[in-house]
Amino acid sequence: MSTTTDAATDAATDAATDAATDAATTAAGTSSVTGVPAAAPLAGRSPVRPLDTEAAFARTKGRVGAGDTVVQTFAMAWRALKKMRRNPEQFFDVALQPLLFTAMFAYVFGGAISGDVDSYLPLLIPGIVAQTVLTTCMATGTQLREDMDKGVFDRFRSLPMSRVAPLAGPMVADLVRYVTAAVLTYLMGLLLGYRPGGGVPGVAGAVVLAVFTGWAIAWAFTWIGTIARSARSVQGISMMILFPLTFLSNAFVPADTLPGWLETFTKVNPVSHLVSATRDLANNGTVTAQVAWTLLTGLAVIAIFLPLSVASYRRNL
Amino acid sequence: MGAVPAVQARGLVKTFREQRAVDGIDLDVRQGEIFGVLGPNGAGKTTTLKMLATLLPIDSGQAEIFGVDVAAHPNRVRQLIGVTGQYASVDEDLTATENLWLFGRLQGLRAADARSTARRLLEQFGLQEAADRRIAEFSGGMRRRLDLAASLITRPPLIFLDEPTTGLDPRTRGQMWDTIRGLVADGCTVLLTTQYLDEADQLADRVCVIDHGRKVAEGTPDDLKSQVGESTLQVQLESGADQAAAAEVVRRVLAEEPVLTPEAGRLNVALPDADRAADVLLGLRAAGVSIRSVSVARPTLDEVFLALTGHDVPADGSGTGRTDDIDDADHADHAGSALEAAR
Repeated sequence: MSTTTDAATDAATDAATDAATDAATTAAGTSSVTGVPAAAPLAGRSPVRPLDTEAAFARTKGRVGAGDTVVQTFAMAWRALKKMRRNPEQFFDVALQPLLFTAMFAYVFGGAISGDVDSYLPLLIPGIVAQTVLTTCMATGTQLREDMDKGVFDRFRSLPMSRVAPLAGPMVADLVRYVTAAVLTYLMGLLLGYRPGGGVPGVAGAVVLAVFTGWAIAWAFTWIGTIARSARSVQGISMMILFPLTFLSNAFVPADTLPGWLETFTKVNPVSHLVSATRDLANNGTVTAQVAWTLLTGLAVIAIFLPLSVASYRRNL
Repeated sequence: MGAVPAVQARGLVKTFREQRAVDGIDLDVRQGEIFGVLGPNGAGKTTTLKMLATLLPIDSGQAEIFGVDVAAHPNRVRQLIGVTGQYASVDEDLTATENLWLFGRLQGLRAADARSTARRLLEQFGLQEAADRRIAEFSGGMRRRLDLAASLITRPPLIFLDEPTTGLDPRTRGQMWDTIRGLVADGCTVLLTTQYLDEADQLADRVCVIDHGRKVAEGTPDDLKSQVGESTLQVQLESGADQAAAAEVVRRVLAEEPVLTPEAGRLNVALPDADRAADVLLGLRAAGVSIRSVSVARPTLDEVFLALTGHDVPADGSGTGRTDDIDDADHADHAGSALEAAR
């Protein structure tokens, strides 16, 4: 207990200094404020200069500045990365899904759709990349929900910090996941005999575009994370959105084989834009209008869901 | 210089669904004091505290922290308070140092300052040995201490503690009390909630008792206890038939009306002063009433409640009824642990 006492004495000295500074700051201001009569000095306690309203205002800031928001976002990203490193099992889905799905789809559908595996790969790999980054988005939402149910979020909420940082921090850390997912899929493709015509720059461009899109769409899942009641329900809702989006697109089959109404849907499906754009980049090394559509969709998702997520985070809890 | 109250709340209301969890509570906490909010589970203590700490919106009413309006300036209020929740609000996957570093960074400390503050606080709270261990491996008491340390990073002038010792063993509890007293000695104001009368008694300068979202009493712990007597005498009679005679003796000696439990042959009476128990016993001997057992105990939260509200502590089936647990010498603790078991 002796350490506590020593430290307490130090702290008392500091506190006295703080109080003196506060008093100096407000010397010019008014000091008489109505309220409960000041307590009689309590026995055995060092007299401390009381804080008045002026001083309380003087020592606090009304809002969180942009610079602070950035620092806080990176602090939260640091936290998320630490947690990822300590719970590597979180990477199972990111690591296994591309390996498993690439191999399965290539050998099961390759012959039926494109005649043989080798000619199916250029069609399939960008599709799998899109599917994988979207599934990763789901993990973003689920984990946010899980995290928000923990006691530590009570503290984040009680701190004078930006309300966007607790959401944006994990999103920044999740970039690691999206990159891992996209790179692993292309590696698996190479292993199966995929030889992208776009070369390294084309594939790199495709990876960057897929990562950006995944990251952007993850804001929608972050929003779901802030409104859903449990991590399980986030997963349920996300599945219902993700499955139609990925399978009712040109990700795994050429769209012209589909019935007319479905073909129309796949044309407006943002996943199709991502898949077409990354196919053009990786297979031909060309930048097409699809890239612009993909970027635009991504930005639109952020513009809609970032404010919604922050509002919902602020409101609920 | 007239100081504003650290906390001033008027008519706070919080409604969940149909239920008014907090139903018009006024609070005035003076600077530099420890103020205790005492009440059973579900009385609205935590909800009140969360509204004051900007964690829950205030449905109706008004609250100021050092004169700063909570609803109008939540971000300012957050810079004036430290909050330690009922369930440790620290990150399980991070180490003690990492937790404090993170909270320091989030509150605008530079990386190096955050590191030195973390080191200083860990030392102050006797946690330097555990600095690099994950919180998941911490004991309940260590978690609470770290949690409190995390609330002190920016030395806020007001600390909210939500049931700071619930679930702690008696020794750790005593340490926590010392720590809380230390905070006030440093010039902090502390608002704490508790279910334990003895905790409020030990720590708080003033206490308010809340029940069903309403304030039922306010004053110093001594004021509260005087409403139920300094202590309670309980006498178990050899024969239930003597009850009337025994009650008569009590009335004559103490001028107080005893509470009778006829089926158990028992009577309870509030004592203005524990020494008067002897007078009653002598009176009983003189009247020829035989006694099976006798106890003198401090009033429990249950008894305070009964006196203040006319009903028992809502016991959630925990068996803290007045008649069942009287033979325990350490009365207050017993009621406390029974409440705890009900959690």
